[in-house]
Amino acid sequence: MERMQQVVGRARAAFRSGRSRPLEFRMQQLKALERMVQEKEKEILAALKADLNKSGPNAYSHEILGVLGELALTMEKLPSWAAPQAVKKNLLTMRDEAYIGYEPLGVVLVIGAWNYPFVLVMQPLIGAIAAGNAVVVKPSEVSENTARLVAELLPQYLDKDLYAVITGGVPETTELLTQRFDHILYTGSSAVGRTVMAAAAKHLTPVTLELGGKSPCYIDKDCDLAVACRRITWGKYMNCGQTCIAPDYILCDPSIQSKVVENIKATLKEFYGEDVKSSPDYGKIVNQRHFKRILGLLEGQKIAYGGETDEASCFIAPTILMDVSPESKVMEEEIFGPVLPIVTVRSVDEAIEFINLREKPLALYVFSNKKQLIRRVIAETSSGGMTANDVIMHSVVPALPFGGVGHSGMGAYHGRFSFETFSHRRACLIKDLRWEVLNKLRYPPGSMEKMNLAKLLLLKQCSKSRVAQFVSALLAALKAVVAKVSFVSLLSL
Amino acid sequence: KTRPMEYRVAQLEALGRFLDDKKQEILEATELDMGKPSFEAFFSEILLCKNELNVTLNNLCQWMKDEHVDKNLVMQLDSAFIRKDPYGVVLIIAPWNYPIHLFLVPLIGAIAAGNCAIIKPSEISKNTERLIAETLSCYLDSDCFAVVTGGVPETTRLLENKFDYIFFTGSPPVGRIIMTAAAKHLTPVTLELGGKNPCYVSDTCDVTNVARRVAWGRFFNAGQTCIAPDYLLCTIEMQEKLMPALREAITEFFGPNPRESPDFGRIVSDKQFQRLRALLGSGRVAIGGQTDEAERYIAPTVLADVLPSDPAMQEEVFGPILPIVVIANMDEAIDFINARPRPLAVYAFSCDSKIVNQVLERTSSGGFCGNDTLMHASLTSLPFGGIGNSGLGKYHGKFTFDTFSHHRGCLHRNMGLEALNAPRYPPYTQQKLGLLTSAFEVKRRGTCTLL
Repeated sequence: MERMQQVVGRARAAFRSGRSRPLEFRMQQLKALERMVQEKEKEILAALKADLNKSGPNAYSHEILGVLGELALTMEKLPSWAAPQAVKKNLLTMRDEAYIGYEPLGVVLVIGAWNYPFVLVMQPLIGAIAAGNAVVVKPSEVSENTARLVAELLPQYLDKDLYAVITGGVPETTELLTQRFDHILYTGSSAVGRTVMAAAAKHLTPVTLELGGKSPCYIDKDCDLAVACRRITWGKYMNCGQTCIAPDYILCDPSIQSKVVENIKATLKEFYGEDVKSSPDYGKIVNQRHFKRILGLLEGQKIAYGGETDEASCFIAPTILMDVSPESKVMEEEIFGPVLPIVTVRSVDEAIEFINLREKPLALYVFSNKKQLIRRVIAETSSGGMTANDVIMHSVVPALPFGGVGHSGMGAYHGRFSFETFSHRRACLIKDLRWEVLNKLRYPPGSMEKMNLAKLLLLKQCSKSRVAQFVSALLAALKAVVAKVSFVSLLSL
Repeated sequence: KTRPMEYRVAQLEALGRFLDDKKQEILEATELDMGKPSFEAFFSEILLCKNELNVTLNNLCQWMKDEHVDKNLVMQLDSAFIRKDPYGVVLIIAPWNYPIHLFLVPLIGAIAAGNCAIIKPSEISKNTERLIAETLSCYLDSDCFAVVTGGVPETTRLLENKFDYIFFTGSPPVGRIIMTAAAKHLTPVTLELGGKNPCYVSDTCDVTNVARRVAWGRFFNAGQTCIAPDYLLCTIEMQEKLMPALREAITEFFGPNPRESPDFGRIVSDKQFQRLRALLGSGRVAIGGQTDEAERYIAPTVLADVLPSDPAMQEEVFGPILPIVVIANMDEAIDFINARPRPLAVYAFSCDSKIVNQVLERTSSGGFCGNDTLMHASLTSLPFGGIGNSGLGKYHGKFTFDTFSHHRGCLHRNMGLEALNAPRYPPYTQQKLGLLTSAFEVKRRGTCTLL
């Protein structure tokens, strides 16, 4: 498909022209993006409603607010992020300039997902533009209204050659991945993540993979159950459970299981009213395929609450499952739906063991009044990120890196981490062409005096007692070295 | 087991003892493998490694600490920090040219970050491989650290296993194979590869010093260095001026017959020797050019008037041969560099700092050194890594520790103050939205306005 080659080729040529590099240009583009979000708010919200039945305030706070915040933060911090960073020098390089320069990578590819279709394309785009790159954006075809809108809007506000949108499904994405990019950020499933990385390997392209997994949520007996369950209910059922960092399943002691169910039930009524289906704040499953998949997970399960479905409108009621067996289907794959299994464990040890037997998740949650217990859970498990005594919230702290580990992904972004993900940190050492005397230490022919002096100049162990040693050794060795240098060349320095 | 700081420190100190105790064996093994002069071996295999070890031991406590981060208004009573978690079991694959350094420095970071490690030294540097396989286990905890030996088939089988991180130093083609194998398990990688590192010499420069610094960088380890200046770009006048200066520097370093100098190395294998000998037909031999197959000796050689189409310009040289390609001016040199894959290092020599800066700004490479060669890699505070074909990821100093740790975003919230959370819960209203917006949105500091 020549179109792909043309689009990527144009982006690369535009990048080579150098115009995406000056800070003023990047700020200008970011400002234009900000204008786009503010001016086209209605259209964006309409697309999100059409794709996922997200209500206005819901869509605004989950997608638009985050984007505006990221834009404001990036525009404010960009000059300091992009500034060269001077580094500590050793004695041998004392007179030199040593620093780390932040440079753009080139042409980056951002592949979005369908569950938060706007923010998952915009946030990486913001970081990529801030770092001075050209960007090709490939929104998810599953959220087709948002994809179409992004394809329409970006060229209206941004430099058309540097920033391009390509729409399409699996065949188009596969074709796109044969092109050479300088970084690929992919949000989606682990299975496709493997394909993306393998395609990137052909060009030695670095990747950031934001994948998924089953994010466990451990509820300790000693905690305020009402508050805990309210927070969990919020995080689990927002966007109808279709959130990569939603608490996937609960681990708790059998003695509190019923109380947990009761609390969640009460909270659900508080949030969505008596008739969930008619609540404007409850979303829908994105399509038939996922609807059927989630329905399949309910087979043979003890439904403590919910379970109502309506295929025509892709509606699945908020559902809680009790006494779930670890071997059941619902505990095998990421649920990504409004179904909350509870698996009982008799202690925090059992919970930690349970979690560690499985793939590392994107997020991990623990609720407890005991600080010691929380510290233990953090120390004895691994996950992309985690929140204690709440869910989701670690992802909205702009100063925290957001990413996975193991099967849940690699790399991180958000805020400064986006900028660094899309930049190359280039080591720069600028020396003087004069002062050759010091260099003579390293040139052949080798000698013990030279070696001892090099040791002293390079080796980091500077303790006070060694200073006298250092000075006398320095003088002795310098004498040996300088003796070989003729008087004339010394004078010529 | 590998988590407590005391354990990591103990293992790192054991590595230090390995370097001290086995210093002689290391010098001997590398000499057998590629005629590495003991001065060079001490510098790169012992000294630089001890440096990294000391930097790590001095700072480990600091690096391991949770990094607390800025919070917004609503989270003032919460704790937000970045936790450094080990990945698990990491694989370190090292090449033959600096066989101790290139497994040991990554290993330092891997241990410091709390991982277990499998080390796969290169089978081409046979003597060093044997030394590592036989002696490392006497120093490190054999439950957590192991050495695996073998060639391509063994490495291929090794890669079928799942690792939590793979650190590879070697050539770009093999780098692709490693990354493809890693993709199957979604294993993150750092690839330290190579390329042709250009060295631009402007017309305004101190020819003697330039010649010395370039010759040193090129002929160190008989040219078998990933960041060696691969080829020179200069005007025809500068080529004239440089030639006697280069000849002088080579004689100063290695005497009239480099073959007899204890300070000049040999080529590691027959295959590499034959590959390099074939490159001697490029341009014309202005200095050196002598070879001895039995000793795998290639004299420090400078090739003049090399064309971009010559064999010496088609692959990374990785030997004691310096091709000079003549260009008309700096702009042509920069275009030449940018038309080629991005290298691990770019070098520029000039008395005029503006020229050095121009080359720096208008090119892209892993690292850059102005008015010298190789030295940017000896500063532990600078990240060492490639870009594009020359690699991905970076290490040295703290960057090694960061490479081998997972930076986990953690938020520890208060169970109370539930009222503050109310705006985020359904039923959603415009009013709640207003509250959320004011609480979370980062306001841009506007330009100063007169009150």
